[in-house]
Amino acid sequence: MSANATVEQQHGGESRQVLTFVLGNETYGVDILRVQEIRGWSAVTKIPHAPPHVLGVLNLRGSIVPIVDLRMRFALERAEYTAITVIIVMSVVTSAGRRDFGVVVDGVSDVVDVNSAEVKPAPELGARGSTDYLLGLVSIAERMVVLLDIDRLIGRELTAIAGSEDGEPMAADAA
Amino acid sequence: MTVDLTQFHDAFFEESFEALDAMEAALLKLDIGAPDPELINTIFRVAHSIKGGSATFGFTDIASFTHSLETLLDELRSGAMAVTDQVSDVLLKSVDVMRAMLRAVQAKQPIDAQRVSDLQFDLEVIIARKHAAPPPSAAPQAAAPQAAAARWQVRFRPYRELLARGNDPLRMLRELGELGEMQVRIDAQSLPALTDLQPQDCHLAWTIELSGEVPEEAIRQVFDWAEGDCELQIGRTAEAAAEPQVEQPPAPATPAATEPAPSETVAAQADSQAEGPPEAPAATGAAASAPRAEPASKPEAAVSAHGDSGSIRVSVDKIDELMNTVGELVITQAMLSQLGGQFDGPQAEQLRAGLAQLERNMRELQESVMRVRMLPISFVFSRFPRMVRDLAHRLGKQIELKLTGEQTELDKTVLEKIGDPLVHLVRNCIDHGIEPPEKRVAAGKPAAGTVHLDATHRGGNIAVEVSDDGGGLDKERILAKARARGLIGANDTLSDAEIYELIFLPGFSTAEKTTDVSGRGVGMDVVRRNVKSLGGKIEVSSEAGRGSRFTITLPLTLAIVDGQSVAVGSETYIVPLISIVESMQLKNGNVSRLSGQAEVFSFRGDYLPIIRLHEVFGVEPHTRALHEGLVVVAEGDGRRVGLFVDDLLGQQQVVIKSLETNYGHIEGISGATILGDGSVALILDVPGLIRVASMRIAA
Repeated sequence: MSANATVEQQHGGESRQVLTFVLGNETYGVDILRVQEIRGWSAVTKIPHAPPHVLGVLNLRGSIVPIVDLRMRFALERAEYTAITVIIVMSVVTSAGRRDFGVVVDGVSDVVDVNSAEVKPAPELGARGSTDYLLGLVSIAERMVVLLDIDRLIGRELTAIAGSEDGEPMAADAA
Repeated sequence: MTVDLTQFHDAFFEESFEALDAMEAALLKLDIGAPDPELINTIFRVAHSIKGGSATFGFTDIASFTHSLETLLDELRSGAMAVTDQVSDVLLKSVDVMRAMLRAVQAKQPIDAQRVSDLQFDLEVIIARKHAAPPPSAAPQAAAPQAAAARWQVRFRPYRELLARGNDPLRMLRELGELGEMQVRIDAQSLPALTDLQPQDCHLAWTIELSGEVPEEAIRQVFDWAEGDCELQIGRTAEAAAEPQVEQPPAPATPAATEPAPSETVAAQADSQAEGPPEAPAATGAAASAPRAEPASKPEAAVSAHGDSGSIRVSVDKIDELMNTVGELVITQAMLSQLGGQFDGPQAEQLRAGLAQLERNMRELQESVMRVRMLPISFVFSRFPRMVRDLAHRLGKQIELKLTGEQTELDKTVLEKIGDPLVHLVRNCIDHGIEPPEKRVAAGKPAAGTVHLDATHRGGNIAVEVSDDGGGLDKERILAKARARGLIGANDTLSDAEIYELIFLPGFSTAEKTTDVSGRGVGMDVVRRNVKSLGGKIEVSSEAGRGSRFTITLPLTLAIVDGQSVAVGSETYIVPLISIVESMQLKNGNVSRLSGQAEVFSFRGDYLPIIRLHEVFGVEPHTRALHEGLVVVAEGDGRRVGLFVDDLLGQQQVVIKSLETNYGHIEGISGATILGDGSVALILDVPGLIRVASMRIAA
């Protein structure tokens, strides 16, 4: 990882650290406080009936953590998983409490300071799709970084998975 | 200085509930007429410490109720009042009410004020009645020897700045109260008029009479922090003067209403044998926890033993963390062993010996950690004496409860979930099983029926038996009821076992009239469902006129399961051994298709459906030809199916990990586990899998 590309403190607004990563041609950023660890790719165990972008689960020091492919989540072209493919393990806060999960990305770039005054709102994309998981756009070293709200992007989905499968309990005693 | 007291609430609730259990146990042991003074002391201590705690935390309702209770207990302790059936009933009810109040406060729910004030009224009536008619003269004498110990007099006069320096006299007094029985007199003389009162200043002083074998050092320790902020005199008094007991003020700076208790309360307590020297200083540690009256007291005083049982309280989270770490270690160790096997050279032998040693130690470590989660089943059994007593009372039956194997240990989670099913079973035994006394005598049996609860280890399982010597299950009535409900056809002939099975059907209840004890028709099917959800089973046997026996078999722990690993394509799944009947290879000829879709095969004369795991889970298998793979015959919810897999890998104990923590529930999967190479394998939930598969076929 290269040295921190620090954005100068502007007047007003809070500054916070963001981990940026690359996906295709775009750079995305997530709040560094949500990042648990960064690890290399290892084979996952598939889980049945999961949405296609949920690749499976991994053993993360004793707990079972689902792995999400962000390329598939954003409908990007699928990339091969190689030894240099990276998984960022993050935690989200859902209505059901804290949950950990990993996202597969092309590569991790930097930890940068972002001043909230510099963050521009994401443009409305209209019918093209919901953008409420975008916190905004910020320009860092001439590159546009898309800031993600992972609670909205992933947390809601995880809650939905936990909820939808929880249907009516069946009569267990149909002897 | 303000301290956030809410951080202590959990500990207070937990300790109070435990203390109430101890109080209940002591009450049940209390003999009417000739009570053991040590038991009464135990009961008194519980009421006293709950009263103190709830006053500190501002739970005034509880404090007020326990105060009334304490007054009554004090009468009993002093022998001024005899323990009668009525008193023991009211005290037991008080335990319930206190428990309910504590639960309500804990859940931040309103307290059932009506129930509390009704009982408080009862308590006060009993106390008042005693004052109207003095008790038989035998009583005071009997209770006299109980506190044959020295008395300390402590004069505690804090300087004004005591509070400002962060000391709380109330807490010191309470700590003193834990050393022994204590009477406190407050000196409020220097208290200024309300208008001049500085809330930061302490104007009160106390004189404390402390009885019991307390070393002086222990008393001094209480005031350690206040040294230099108060005048302190500690002296010995040879005989206790009858002091008017004074209510402790709720907060030291608040001028408290003092209400002297009836003086005879204390008078009766004056003991003439206050000569006993204090215990040797070596016993400081023991004295700090709880003073026990005298070595002369019977060994069965174990009721109050939870104070010095040599155990510590640890949160389950910490143990789970420990288990996780140990699980990881086991995986690492497996990896190393594998690696070590590949080494050659002069030191390879040594390396392998070391690795073998490591493996043994790891296994022991894992077992020890697992045992930490185990608790004796007496935690569940202990609620039954009370329940049986109450039920027998209400139903007019005579019942003797026999408990055996109480020390049998099982996992805490299993323990928590087995309580309710057992309560159901015991209720059923008492309500339906045991006959009324006259009927029993007519049948040549003793008037008192016996309900027997027994727990034993059987292999990797625990078996809990609930049996009674009552009338047994009435086959005719069960059949009639089942026919009336349309559960079976009018002409079906059933074996005895099949008839007994009927009582587990939803909506079945044989009680001729519905009582509030049982008979809402939700009993046995819920019992069975709960037991099954724990991975156990329940069986019943019965003999007309001799009684019935329910046997619940449960796994010792929910954290580990014996599993068979199976391969489907590149995935590995774990099938719990308890679900497996057998595994077999199918020949081409013995598979048929029903209406062109559902595949079935013949197994011991039955036709079982085949569930292809690769289809259900969407995995690419090595083979789709049934005769090339294997079929695992598995059973769930009384149904058998054949699970088609590529291959069997091996049997092993696996640690169950939740998928729900970070993901969600998956139909047909009960959890996941981590294999020796660190990869994750899913554990099959056979009953769930059967449901999924049958829905797929129906769709």
